[in-house]
Amino acid sequence: MQSLLLLGDEAIAQAALDAGMSGMYAYPGTPSTEIMEYVQSAAQAAEGNVHREWSANEKTAMEAALGMSYAGKRAMVAMKHVGLNVAADAFINSSVTGVNGGLVVVAADDPSMHSSQNEQDSRFYGKFAMVPQFEPRNQQEAYDMIFDAFELSEKLRLPVLFRITTRLAHSRASVTRQAVRKQNENSLPYNTRQFVLLPAIARKQYKALTVLFETLPSEPLISRWNRLRKGTDRSVGILTCGIAQNYLMENIADDQERYTVLSVAAYPLDRGLVSELVSSCEKVLVLEEGYPLIEEQLRGLLDRDVRVLGRLDGTVPRDGELNPSIVASALGMKTAMGKEVPSMVKQRPPSFCKGCGHADLYSALAEVMKEIGPGRVFSDIGCYTLGALPPYNMVNSCVDMGASVTMAVGAADAGLFPAVAVIGDSTFTHSGMTGLLDAVIKDSPVTVLISDNSTTGMTGGQKSQAADRIESICLGLGVSREHLRVIVPLKKNHEENVNVIREELMYHGLSVILARRECIQTATRDKKAESAKKTDNR
Amino acid sequence: MKCDIILAGVGGQGILSIAATIGLAAVEKNLFLKQSEVHGMSQRGGDVQSHFRLSDSEIHSDLIPYGKADLIISVEPMEALRYLPWLSPEGGLVTSSVPFVNIPDYPEKEDIMKEIGKVHNSVVIDADSIAKQLGSSRSGNMVILGAASSFIALPFESLENAVRQLFRRKGEEVVDLNLKALRAGREAAAR
Repeated sequence: MQSLLLLGDEAIAQAALDAGMSGMYAYPGTPSTEIMEYVQSAAQAAEGNVHREWSANEKTAMEAALGMSYAGKRAMVAMKHVGLNVAADAFINSSVTGVNGGLVVVAADDPSMHSSQNEQDSRFYGKFAMVPQFEPRNQQEAYDMIFDAFELSEKLRLPVLFRITTRLAHSRASVTRQAVRKQNENSLPYNTRQFVLLPAIARKQYKALTVLFETLPSEPLISRWNRLRKGTDRSVGILTCGIAQNYLMENIADDQERYTVLSVAAYPLDRGLVSELVSSCEKVLVLEEGYPLIEEQLRGLLDRDVRVLGRLDGTVPRDGELNPSIVASALGMKTAMGKEVPSMVKQRPPSFCKGCGHADLYSALAEVMKEIGPGRVFSDIGCYTLGALPPYNMVNSCVDMGASVTMAVGAADAGLFPAVAVIGDSTFTHSGMTGLLDAVIKDSPVTVLISDNSTTGMTGGQKSQAADRIESICLGLGVSREHLRVIVPLKKNHEENVNVIREELMYHGLSVILARRECIQTATRDKKAESAKKTDNR
Repeated sequence: MKCDIILAGVGGQGILSIAATIGLAAVEKNLFLKQSEVHGMSQRGGDVQSHFRLSDSEIHSDLIPYGKADLIISVEPMEALRYLPWLSPEGGLVTSSVPFVNIPDYPEKEDIMKEIGKVHNSVVIDADSIAKQLGSSRSGNMVILGAASSFIALPFESLENAVRQLFRRKGEEVVDLNLKALRAGREAAAR
């Protein structure tokens, strides 16, 4: 079989295509973005007519995938961990509806917050929704487990949560493919009432789910991924989850026979295996990427029958991602640190690209805010959040997608005037529009600056659902034409833009300023692609 | 055999093309490899790094443990220093001498060079000038890779083949320029 050098994300995408997926649904978010990008660029997806358009947000993606599953086909939905918060309503209920075609939900967590606002652990969602979960240890397992995930989903008629973290998502290794499976034909659900969660139906299905959930640990497609290997040293047993196993092996590969290790890669966890581990060792070291989920379960409320080492007692740091050196310390092994970083080495935070339109918008906004005072600019998630850093220091909030608009509205309700929201075009269509409707209805004295660069920039320039629609969306929601201003954020327009922003900030009602200029990255990329095309045609 | 490499630079400088070249060469030699990359926020002008591991036996961790890297390859001198905690005492450091200044408190170049000089196996080359002399200011990356090639446990021909494969789509001229850059880097480091 063919071997490919793939990122973890790409291994998941390739596996889904090979396992007969008919539809891929996603909203871009680091570290999950490359799953959809791989599907979009795969000839196999085009040949198989696999759905591969971006969705407006994670909730619409999740629901569309559920719809495809309803119609009998295999669907996958992928998002970053905080995206699962957005999709949570649909996700949690999808375990009560169950599925028809296989449905796999990929959540890519970002411990250490390389590119995120928190490091929440999606395994809690899996437990919350009572669905089977996979957490691959490496790229090959990520590929192989996707086949099992789809099969299990159809066997149990449940969605499956597929949890990865940044390190696996963005690390490349060789992956060997399996035989390609054909896509499913259309089919209606066996039970046509299954997806109707009226209380009478939901109660019945929820009760069945609680019964089914208890049987999951012994389900072969789950249990085959969890392995207990007994060693000679009975002083400490080790329980690893997902890629933590690799960091352990990095340290004990030459001395494997010594250690008793329970390596977990699928949930819910089998009590029998854990009991065997606990009874054969004096204490248990838990190594898991993310929150101390298994560790807390082992300790229990009373924390007294099993001696547990992990994140909660400081054996492993309470937050942040694991690495081989942390695991070595937890095992009491010596770590060989190289030289210290010389003090002259300075932080190099991300910054606006040279020629970025967001930067010119912030320059103009800064001039007006200097007259008004600090602490009034609400923003959220995107390249434009970098306006929080010097030299602008403009942004006073970054919480979640769309919160710029609604937090400004709330602050205005409290009497803060003027209150300003800065939001990007893709984030606006993700979650900003509904908040703007609230503002329209109350005519909140808020100015919403939509910095429209016609792309989802931070994740590398994916297609924005907002493309050329923002003006008509705003007018459709009821923003008055008089207070919907359009500017072009360029240095040469600085004075004019300052005046427009000042006028609208001083207006005691809702106003929207649309600052429109293409992302410098996508503009350069498109130009290059164009000239390459011309060269090819010569 | 194992060869653990930290690739360093600033987002947008293109360290991933160096990684891709070594990766192709490793695949040609049927070696195991793992390559951890940075995507997302830091790509916007922040510090970026890639952990690149090569071995003739199975590789477990995607990350290199502290003090175990055999080599730091950096396309920016201050960034080379950021990863010293990973470098083993016997490890090498190959870096471009050309600072990328996008922060207000960037240190004096002299001080950086002094620190780099303390690493006993260090090679500093002006990759940009060498690339420019070859008529290809954009192949500074390949100059750096060439300069580092004697530290990497791969035959030089495999790296050349990888360059051919990587740039094939861009035409013969681009392939030749990058091959020249790779060789010029190797020569510059040998001097």
